[in-house]
Amino acid sequence: MIRFLAPLAIFLAVVVFLYAGLGRDPREVPSPLIGKAAPAFELPVLAQPDKRFAPADMKGKVWLLNVWASWCVSCRDEHPVLVELAGKRVIPVLGLNYKDKDDQAKAWLAKFGNPYDLSVVDADGRIGIDYGVYGVPETYLIDGEGVIRYKQIGPLTPAILEQKVLPLAKSLQK
Amino acid sequence: MKAWLFAFILICLSPSGNADESEKQRIRSLEEKLRCLVCQNQSLADSNAELAEDLRGQVRAQVKAGKTDDQIVAYLVERYGDFVLYEPPFKATTVLLWVGPFLLLAVGVAALILALRRRRSAAEELPLGPEQKRLAERMLGSGDPQ
Repeated sequence: MIRFLAPLAIFLAVVVFLYAGLGRDPREVPSPLIGKAAPAFELPVLAQPDKRFAPADMKGKVWLLNVWASWCVSCRDEHPVLVELAGKRVIPVLGLNYKDKDDQAKAWLAKFGNPYDLSVVDADGRIGIDYGVYGVPETYLIDGEGVIRYKQIGPLTPAILEQKVLPLAKSLQK
Repeated sequence: MKAWLFAFILICLSPSGNADESEKQRIRSLEEKLRCLVCQNQSLADSNAELAEDLRGQVRAQVKAGKTDDQIVAYLVERYGDFVLYEPPFKATTVLLWVGPFLLLAVGVAALILALRRRRSAAEELPLGPEQKRLAERMLGSGDPQ
């Protein structure tokens, strides 16, 4: 009996492993930055280039840093979700305008709405590298201590916001 | 003419040409060890993605700045995780990855040895002795016609 059952068991184990593998997205690279301090930077603000912003300015607040660009197609899919979130005023949303042209970025915000409290300009993408950005849009949830608690790779959806990001943000805001 | 010759000799003697070459080699071999995050089956060296270009720029700048290979690799791992390495490091979470194939091989060899041994012992079964033969014949009811 075991003669026949053993190969069947092995086969089933392989099926389970392969099936589990199919369900995983290889594009989602786990970020080593989660649980670590958000890399510091000081960048000009898109709307007021003479002003500069650093993550330390947000100390004590739980906030979202959304990496976006006017050339990024999926940012456009994501945009209404961010606009709606910003309208609810539950969490500050800041933008990191990644490898973009200022005038194009401004035109994009004028056209589709501006959900950001402010956007900073990372024209050469150096800060993006520090944050491990490899596919725009990406979103970081940063707590009051300046620690990255969550990273979303790819567009935020209402479901991800409701199920993951906002509950986590709420628990951190306490 | 003399000045030209002098300049020529200087260029030939200057070690910078050689150093440039070895530096290029170093950059190249580093870029081949690192994965492009955008097109994941290509190394930084092969990829034309914009991010790969930026990261190549980082590698180049850091080599020029005198960083060691390990420092540069650590810089990228800090930001993108072990995933940027084509060769995953050996640690607790990757033990199965590294040891797994050998483990499977060992299990296979063990199973093979076991199966062979069982087969041999089956072949070596002794023929029936006269006592057993008589018993068997009686049970089967196929004795001599006598």
